[in-house]
Amino acid sequence: MTEQPQVPEADFRSYYGRPILKLPRWKEPHLPAYLYLGGLSGASAVMGAAAAATGRRSLARAGRLTGAAAGAGGTVFLISELGRPERFLNMLRVAKPTSPMSMGAWVLAAHSSLASAAAASEVTGVLPGLGAAAGVASAVTGPILATYTGVLLADTAVPAWHEAQRELPFLFAGSAMASAGAAGLAATALGPGRDRAPAARLAVIGAAVELAAALHLERALGLTGETYQQGGAGQMMRAARWLAPAGALAALAAPRSRVAAVAAAGLLTAGAVATRFGVFRAGPASVADPKYVIASQRDGAAPRPR
Amino acid sequence: MTSNRLSGPLPDVSGDAGYVTHPERVGFFTDTSVCIGCKACEVACKEWNGLPDPDGDALTLTGMSYDNTSALGSNAWRHVAFIEQAVPAKQVAAPEETDLIAAVADDSAGDLGATRWLMSSDVCKHCTHAACLDVCPTGALVRTEFGTVIVQPDVCNGCAYCVSACPFGVIDRREDDGRAWKCTMCYDRLRGGLEPACAKACPTDSIQFGPLDELRAIAQTRLDDLHEAGTTEARLYGADPDDGIGGAGAFFLLLDEPQVYGLPPDPVVTTQDMPAMWRRAGVAAAMLAAGVAVAFAGRRG
Repeated sequence: MTEQPQVPEADFRSYYGRPILKLPRWKEPHLPAYLYLGGLSGASAVMGAAAAATGRRSLARAGRLTGAAAGAGGTVFLISELGRPERFLNMLRVAKPTSPMSMGAWVLAAHSSLASAAAASEVTGVLPGLGAAAGVASAVTGPILATYTGVLLADTAVPAWHEAQRELPFLFAGSAMASAGAAGLAATALGPGRDRAPAARLAVIGAAVELAAALHLERALGLTGETYQQGGAGQMMRAARWLAPAGALAALAAPRSRVAAVAAAGLLTAGAVATRFGVFRAGPASVADPKYVIASQRDGAAPRPR
Repeated sequence: MTSNRLSGPLPDVSGDAGYVTHPERVGFFTDTSVCIGCKACEVACKEWNGLPDPDGDALTLTGMSYDNTSALGSNAWRHVAFIEQAVPAKQVAAPEETDLIAAVADDSAGDLGATRWLMSSDVCKHCTHAACLDVCPTGALVRTEFGTVIVQPDVCNGCAYCVSACPFGVIDRREDDGRAWKCTMCYDRLRGGLEPACAKACPTDSIQFGPLDELRAIAQTRLDDLHEAGTTEARLYGADPDDGIGGAGAFFLLLDEPQVYGLPPDPVVTTQDMPAMWRRAGVAAAMLAAGVAVAFAGRRG
């Protein structure tokens, strides 16, 4: 019998298996809810402006109202994440391009104000010219609000988020389009079918982008990609993978069927929410086991080659 | 705009932060080869900075050797790691069959193995390119005139972005008070011309404080001496201005791989990728606008 000199070295040596990084302090449902509502608000504002420009009154109204309501709701969730919520306005004492949260706070403040003005004018009929102008301006801030959150997560040391820096903005853009399309379908479900057609097309485009980005993300990340496939994150990502195409199929039938319109709205909204929860949960999972941090740095995989 | 503002070597961090005149950049050199694990640094730090123990877990036993602090955190700004390693047996003529009990009893069988004890006092790295500072949305985290990084507790609103951005897992939020806290390198003592409490208390000079350039020279000499003496596993960690964080203000001499001490092997400041990340968000935003335009294109109805 030949004696082994020592136990073969483990693949990943660590300090008592403890995480190297701190677990994110952001929590559920606040952060994923903010991601969803920010995307919904941003894309809905664009939808409202496009509908107004092409004379589709019901979708214009739906886009403006959803943009304002989701923006306000997202702001509440964002503030509730703070350790000192009463100091929320400290976010606006500086403007730092190196801080996606600083940029995001300014975009959120601008977008929510514009979307609220457009919605208030829509509801009350007061100052329609200014309301319309605010609506057009919110179509500029909206897309930024919907996609900056990809940078917000990617600009961290959390492996699952940082290594997904290429995919997250597109994933969130697609998810936001699907969310806004769903809101448009829900708001116009009782009206004539032709009013819903643009919202249905937007929903289909969004779901396709969301699905493609999610599939690419899980494959492109190597070892870290498994954090999107396992545990609570995996459940959400798998759910989204079925909900988005199912919702898109229903959306295709939505112009001819009220039932399909309502079903599409529900499925796509659930899919967009599941995507946000899935992405959020992959982050803590990639920190809890130090192997993701060690592997990505030791293999020279972080940052991935451009 | 000077170069290397997001990554790479940056010789004058305080100047880059806007200080026209400022003292030399100072730092810590923690030479773990002479650490005896006394934890005087932890105690001195807690005493000087008045760190609280809100959960009353100061007496918790972790089972991780003599380490009952576990990790750096909002209330632990120095953390002594204890690692017990079985080192390989000295090469001896191995008998055909080894009876371990007999071999242990019989000195002549030679040294079958021993335990090596690694101890290291970890601390905030005060990075040249500090991700915590970069991502702070309120300006609560600032660069001091000494080149160190501190949190201004009166400004911090507890957004916790720094917690996820730190590539070393140093800074954390106190859940009872809602704000982020970490080592200040005893900014108040530095202002008064004193060295930080941990370095002052260290009985073996494992923690050395001084101008960073001098510390780097001292560390290189120490490393060369150790290599010459046969301790080839000794290495410097965080001393290289060309590394992923532009070099640490608090760097280390380690006797094993960084991850063994709970340190990341090759940390990179996340904001290094900032321009590319913003570009992609812009492209994605344009794609969103284009998607809506396509959906609404064409004749009504």
